[in-house]
Amino acid sequence: MTELTELEKVIPTDTIKTDEYLVNMGPQHPSTHGVLRLLVKLEGEIVHNVQPDIGYIHSGIEKMSEALSYTQIPHLTDRMDYLSAHMNNEAVALCVENALQVEVPERVKYIRTIMSELQRLASHQLWWCASGMDLGALTTFFYGLRDREDILDIFEETCGARLTLNYSLPGGVMFDIHPNFQRKVKDFIKKFRKKLPEYDKLITGNVIFTERTKGVGILTKEDAIAFGVTGPTGRASGFSCDVRKHIPYSAYPYVKFEEKLGTEGDCYTRWVMRMDEMWESLSIIEQLIDNIPEGDYTAKMKGVIKLPEGEFYQRVETARGELGVYIISDGKKNPYRVKFRSPGFSNLFAINHIAKGWKIADLVAIMATFDLVIPDIDR
Amino acid sequence: MAFEKYDFTPISQSIHQFLLEKMSPMVTTIIEWTIIGVLYLLFVAVFGLFLVYAERKVCAAFQQRLGPMRVGPWGLLQTIADFVKLLMKELIQPKSVDSFLYNLAPFVVIIVPFLTISIIPFAPGLQSLDFDIGVFFVTAVSSVGVIGVLLAGWASNNKYSLIGGMRSGAQIVSYELSVGMSLITMVILAGTMQISEIVNMQRDGWFIFKGHIPAIIAFFVFVVAGTAETNRGPFDLAEAESELTAGFHTEYSGIKFAFFFLAEYINLFIVSAMAVTVFLGGWMPFHIGSWDGFNAIMDFIPGLIWFFLKVFGVIFLIMWFKWTFPRLRIDQILTLEWKYLLPINLFNILLMALVVLMGWHW
Repeated sequence: MTELTELEKVIPTDTIKTDEYLVNMGPQHPSTHGVLRLLVKLEGEIVHNVQPDIGYIHSGIEKMSEALSYTQIPHLTDRMDYLSAHMNNEAVALCVENALQVEVPERVKYIRTIMSELQRLASHQLWWCASGMDLGALTTFFYGLRDREDILDIFEETCGARLTLNYSLPGGVMFDIHPNFQRKVKDFIKKFRKKLPEYDKLITGNVIFTERTKGVGILTKEDAIAFGVTGPTGRASGFSCDVRKHIPYSAYPYVKFEEKLGTEGDCYTRWVMRMDEMWESLSIIEQLIDNIPEGDYTAKMKGVIKLPEGEFYQRVETARGELGVYIISDGKKNPYRVKFRSPGFSNLFAINHIAKGWKIADLVAIMATFDLVIPDIDR
Repeated sequence: MAFEKYDFTPISQSIHQFLLEKMSPMVTTIIEWTIIGVLYLLFVAVFGLFLVYAERKVCAAFQQRLGPMRVGPWGLLQTIADFVKLLMKELIQPKSVDSFLYNLAPFVVIIVPFLTISIIPFAPGLQSLDFDIGVFFVTAVSSVGVIGVLLAGWASNNKYSLIGGMRSGAQIVSYELSVGMSLITMVILAGTMQISEIVNMQRDGWFIFKGHIPAIIAFFVFVVAGTAETNRGPFDLAEAESELTAGFHTEYSGIKFAFFFLAEYINLFIVSAMAVTVFLGGWMPFHIGSWDGFNAIMDFIPGLIWFFLKVFGVIFLIMWFKWTFPRLRIDQILTLEWKYLLPINLFNILLMALVVLMGWHW
């Protein structure tokens, strides 16, 4: 009975009625996409309460950052939200640059933005295939991974890594882009513009899919703001929270793109939101790819970066939502304290609020459309 | 008719005569039973493994992969290797299970395919049981399987298994209604429940053509309900791996798991075989009206090959469902049955009765 007492800490026994029971979803479960543990209180199939239990993949990135120099920190951030590795790198780089008030070359801004959008596409493709699988459509997984491969190849050619890019550093990027970069990206865009309608044909228009997702797990705009739900998940509820639009950074001020907003806030809208975002990303890349200015790929930086004393905050839009980097510096070469405001953490805790009263299958659908990456939550 | 030269009756008759000459009728019967039993056992094992291989290849084709390729040519031996591995695996039994029911469940599940398969006419003369209530027998014994699934879900003492078992119970009991009713629709057209008679009546035209509109509706309902009854495709709620890890067979390992696995595939074969027998003319070749030349060529192909061609056609259709559609939710699955399929079926029976009464069929 030791297990029960452990559970009792999270959900007191007196709230458990005889006809309710607890199910441990995770830490090893196919649809939690990592080591997330959900304590789900069920009555039959109906979800009464969901208590996320996090920390199974806590890697202490914030604490470790305190012992590292500012050029070393970005390398750790790859491992937070590994599907938005480049945006995480960029966030730290931007924060340090802003603190030092370094103006990076235009070329860097363009490269960073293109890479960010490619990363967003790769992330959304993986989300698409994995959440299709959560809903029982197993074929999506292979279609998504097939097309994601092209982006990973571009990454590999650019910086040698496919997942944890380590590409952005304070001051610029690690290497200049490969001579093939522009051609390959354009080829990919051409190809992927044909693939996206295929995705919709396979899943989005399917009657079973719409039945499963429309009106399920509604997150209202007020709740989205209250829980700090950002990214496509927040925008599906009508919460205009796109950092790229509101506080543009890198090359985002130079491009025209639309911040798509949903009204329903249900699983279907969240799904459509990400599909639309893929189209937007394609158009952003298209606007930039031919206009990459000549110049240096990195600004002149000192060998040992020392930030002035004070507090610095930088937000970027990752594939999951708003990532905030908060650095407190005491003027030394290591930060005094680093805090990451990760989108997954805030998004996760809205699940309990909206999953109540729905069935287990809906809980899985809600989880799928929230697009959680567990190391992002645990950091 | 030309295809009757492929009749298997003379072979079985001669074996029967040969045995009768050598030994007493009692021993003959026992030996014949044993032979038939062993043959079915072999068929279920080999065909089950083959279907697993086929599913992996079909699914690979849908997902733009190659599927198993390493073990044997084109990976043909892959499923055999998998099966041998499962045979050698340790049978893990969790401490808190209801031991008797837990061990009984896989056997209940695997018994059903053996019972139902005995009534399937593979080819002329290749059918071991032929009652006058054949169709009824199929629907009756195929409902035993759900007991096994429920037992497995209950006895495993695992919440996921229990949810899976309960889902499967609700689902199979509901969909049995549709399977039974669409079969009844065809029984009205055939006027008999004897399987061999039903096949013989399709000599000059398959029932799906003879019974036109109501038969096509019944075929559609049968395939949907049959998919649901085998816990497959968009209806695989009982083992929905993204929700319930593996559903009712979460706690089973080794050969006991293999039983569930094999039973699923043999049930798939049986549903397809019943669809073929009742709607698509069983082992009867495909004929077009008065095209005698064409019909003669069709007759040249043995009944056994016709039967398996059609069965694979239906199996492919059901696999296609599985690898294309997302999974339904439990309440949607029950809604589909009770609010759509059942009324359609009731109306369809009426329509079929009208068609038969007025003689509007061919």
